[in-house]
Amino acid sequence: MTVPPPIAMLAELTHRCPLSCPYCSNPQDLLGREAEMTTAEWADTFRQAAELGVLQLHLSGGEPAARPDLAELTAAAQGCGLYTNLITSGIGLTPKRLDALEAAGLDHIQLSLQGTTAELADWIGGYKGGFDRKMKIAAEIKARGIPLTLNAVMHRHNLDDLERTIEMAVEMGARRLEVACVQFHGWASRNRAQLLPTRAQTEAAKRIVSEAEQRLRGVLAFDFVPPDYYADYPKACMGGWGTAGLNIAPDGTVLPCHAAQTIPHLDFDNVRGKPLAAIWYGGAAFNAYRGTDWLPQPCRSCDRKDTDFGGCRCQALALAGDAGATDPVCRKSPRHQAVLELLETGGSRADTAFVYRSAAG
Amino acid sequence: MTLAFAPTDRPYLPRGVRMITDKVRGGTVLLCPEKAIALDAIGEAILSRVDGSASFKEIVAGLAEAYDAPAEQIAGDVQRFLAGLRARMYLAVRS
Repeated sequence: MTVPPPIAMLAELTHRCPLSCPYCSNPQDLLGREAEMTTAEWADTFRQAAELGVLQLHLSGGEPAARPDLAELTAAAQGCGLYTNLITSGIGLTPKRLDALEAAGLDHIQLSLQGTTAELADWIGGYKGGFDRKMKIAAEIKARGIPLTLNAVMHRHNLDDLERTIEMAVEMGARRLEVACVQFHGWASRNRAQLLPTRAQTEAAKRIVSEAEQRLRGVLAFDFVPPDYYADYPKACMGGWGTAGLNIAPDGTVLPCHAAQTIPHLDFDNVRGKPLAAIWYGGAAFNAYRGTDWLPQPCRSCDRKDTDFGGCRCQALALAGDAGATDPVCRKSPRHQAVLELLETGGSRADTAFVYRSAAG
Repeated sequence: MTLAFAPTDRPYLPRGVRMITDKVRGGTVLLCPEKAIALDAIGEAILSRVDGSASFKEIVAGLAEAYDAPAEQIAGDVQRFLAGLRARMYLAVRS
């Protein structure tokens, strides 16, 4: 296949975060501050990304506001012509820091929401007072007119509050609401029994989103990521492996997706030692599952192969024990039974305590 | 609310949405929150007239003249294109 240049890059500036959400997308081996790339190294990575064809830069973490040089990094990205999106919990942002980010040319903020009340949100995020601080910064973002998306991470314990979540997005002046049901990788898979929604919740969420989309046309746009365990077909993870986007870990490791390090046999390059373009086009990890030639059966002869590319590699490894297998979420997968069994037993320990994200040791 | 434009509506790209030239792939791209939309020649022609002061009617009239096509037909195409952007909140309106 002809490899297209990437459109989007997720820069995980740090793994540090005041929250400890039990579904955190960071790996279970969290990197410390000392492993993080410097301001200059990130700025050079942004320059290389723009030259490679990246248009959208997501400044993420951990909590990116944990980096004191966040505004400087934003300015560096803007200087390369990148569209800059800050993915944040809001914790660590202040009016003064928003001044600096606006001056640096920040384009957009994606604010996460853990729950609709302080009690719920602070329990899920594992950080007391976090909800109140988030709401203060949300008001500040609204007053400034910074384009805002609210990213509501949904699961068993907050899906019943979806209507209130939608109201909150409107109150905050968000233009878009992402109803992002937890995907079970890394930390989330350790908390699957607590987080997995019921089928009734999943059906209700679909109906509520669909009704709200009609009602709020021209006020709020929606993106809905349904819980894929209940789906018939897998999601087209990353829009195809090594096709549309890439992810940079805090230490400069370049990943095809944020969970790719769960696949142990892959070797990942680092932007500290190799040009980004060489990694994107020639890196072993990027070429491992690129395109459709590597696909197993039944994907290879399936008419959906150019739609979902066999689904998610990390999920195939987690549920089928083989990163090169058909994503077991697919009803055509020979391992689909594994998903059905998880759904049956999934919520049986819904009330046991979370394993919160934490550093090793 | 309806997403359709009245003749006097004046569409504009809100903060956080902008057109750029794609230096690597060529062509023009509409950069939006967490989205990049490659524009075809028609999309580019429409959006290059969207400046917050031109009304929907004026945009259509300008395109009809430039492309020597009936305004009614152009109006339908422009409605569809702009309403699609408005649904995603990539386009705002002053009336």
